[in-house]
Amino acid sequence: MVFDTDRMTRISDDMVEAEAVKGRSLWQDAWGRFFRNKAAVVSLVVLSLIVLFTIIGPYFAVWSNEEIDWNLMGNAATAGQPSIENGHYFGVDDLGRDLYSRTIQATQTSLIVGVIGALVAVFIGTLYGATAGFVGGWVDNLMMRTVDILIAIPYMFIIILLMVMFERSFFMLFVGIGVVSWLDMSRIVRGQTLSLKHKEFVEAAHAAGVGSFTIITRHIIPNLLGIVAVYASLLVPLMILTESFISFLGLGVQEPNTSLGALISEGAGTIIYGTLWQLLIPLFFFVVSLMSLFFIGDGLRDALDPKDR
Amino acid sequence: MLNYILRRVFVAIPTLLILIVLCFLLMHSAPGGPFTSERPLPPQVLANIQAKYGLDQPMIVQMWNYVVGIVTNFDFGPSFQYKDRSVNDLIAAGFPVTLTYGSISFVLATVVGVSLGVAAALKHNTLLDYIAVGVAFSAQVLPNFVMAPILVIIFTWQLGWLPGGGWEGGKWPFLVMPVIALSTSYMASIARITRSSMLEVLNSNFIRTAKAKGLPTRTIIWRHAMKPAMLPVISYLGPSFVAMITGSVVIDMYFSTGGIGLHFVNAALNRDYSVMLGVTILFGVLTILFNLVVDVLYAWLDPKIRY
Repeated sequence: MVFDTDRMTRISDDMVEAEAVKGRSLWQDAWGRFFRNKAAVVSLVVLSLIVLFTIIGPYFAVWSNEEIDWNLMGNAATAGQPSIENGHYFGVDDLGRDLYSRTIQATQTSLIVGVIGALVAVFIGTLYGATAGFVGGWVDNLMMRTVDILIAIPYMFIIILLMVMFERSFFMLFVGIGVVSWLDMSRIVRGQTLSLKHKEFVEAAHAAGVGSFTIITRHIIPNLLGIVAVYASLLVPLMILTESFISFLGLGVQEPNTSLGALISEGAGTIIYGTLWQLLIPLFFFVVSLMSLFFIGDGLRDALDPKDR
Repeated sequence: MLNYILRRVFVAIPTLLILIVLCFLLMHSAPGGPFTSERPLPPQVLANIQAKYGLDQPMIVQMWNYVVGIVTNFDFGPSFQYKDRSVNDLIAAGFPVTLTYGSISFVLATVVGVSLGVAAALKHNTLLDYIAVGVAFSAQVLPNFVMAPILVIIFTWQLGWLPGGGWEGGKWPFLVMPVIALSTSYMASIARITRSSMLEVLNSNFIRTAKAKGLPTRTIIWRHAMKPAMLPVISYLGPSFVAMITGSVVIDMYFSTGGIGLHFVNAALNRDYSVMLGVTILFGVLTILFNLVVDVLYAWLDPKIRY
């Protein structure tokens, strides 16, 4: 017999290689898809830059956020514009406070409120939705009808009511915003849990004799994580919007704390004096952070929830 | 169908009651009553005032009276802040204003949003599509409280075309900026939703069949594609209605339109609980009613829903 040894080796090499090709996990796949999405990657970079700026920015500040520059107090319109010489890189507000420090502080506040608000909502919503989905039956029915009823209430007013009735603290803001935003989350998680419960791979696991607990930890939770991450990331900008709305009305965080909504409100109130920078600088940070958060959320959705495309 | 509507109404009624009770309890569990001030009132005076407003009765009786007052003659009680005006007076003064620019914004957002979305879907992957998507995406980060000052800078300060605020009985120059500020971000969302659902419908089998049959494009879109494509849009109308009602607070505050939102913010700053309660409940009722209408409309349009 004549062997084409070369060819045989090549084939056997190919076979070995084929064996070496590993299956890719959901997360590796998602990782790849996310990083192919240019808008999302650019947004991630921009957002990281903003976060970095809020962390190292204070070290370059000449004025603290509470200090008042008495020279500029009252004549912000004529002398308070952004300048390098007097250390007010972003100018001053009407009270002569340094806008650079205030913007950094406001951006920090808004981002933190966004993240914590989203976490509160995700925590309550996931727990509630997963419970309803797992347990099923009349418990599920009762729990979801309650959500149906609660979802029809205009929440902004309830949050404002809460903020006015109890002290206007950070804690109240987090709780208020988070507590009223978990409803959609719970619906999504419940739906996902229900559909997962009846998926073939869960059935297969059942048939193979895998215990319920292992099925939940090994098959249901990892599959829930994707959708939870997606909606959590889409919640963050919504939380920031909500907080800014409340702060714009003057009902949110209180001085000396500030948030982007509060700064925009101040800036919007003083445009008649021609102090445009007081509006435009916080507005810039607001729009850029929100936009990058939205893009990141969209990218995550495309990466983790591919059937949606 | 009637059955379905009745069932939805039966869900709406407990929702309303829960809303009223929840707000009432919140208001009354707040530390410090509406008459707590820096200088404490003499106890007799305080007792008299409380008796006048019925605050000396047990909570459950107060709540019952309040609910009965609302249900029987739409009476939200007196304002605690303005001694001579009731909550109803404030609502009667502000509501027509809010309703005027609110409904204009709502109709505008829906009509323009849907048209833009449909146009973008029909011209998929053309310049028009990209522009529409870009505009819709950027408008998402321009909520009413960002749009309002930007519009004032452009149209009042730079161009001097429009008054920066006021109402004057709703003459159109006073309407333009409130309407634009309120509707922009919802217009964008509606356009996005319309576009993606229209694209999905246009790619479906029954549209291909209609095309294969040789139907003109116009007929395909109006007779076949429009109805299923509108379903997600309709279900978004409920939330956008709520958001617009909420947004009207910003408009009233920023443009001094004198609508109901201003009273709400003032009440919130002055701790005038009865006004806050009244406005919240009024908006809650509107929301629930509107959601009811949307649900019925949805059920009527969607053949998949059994009722």
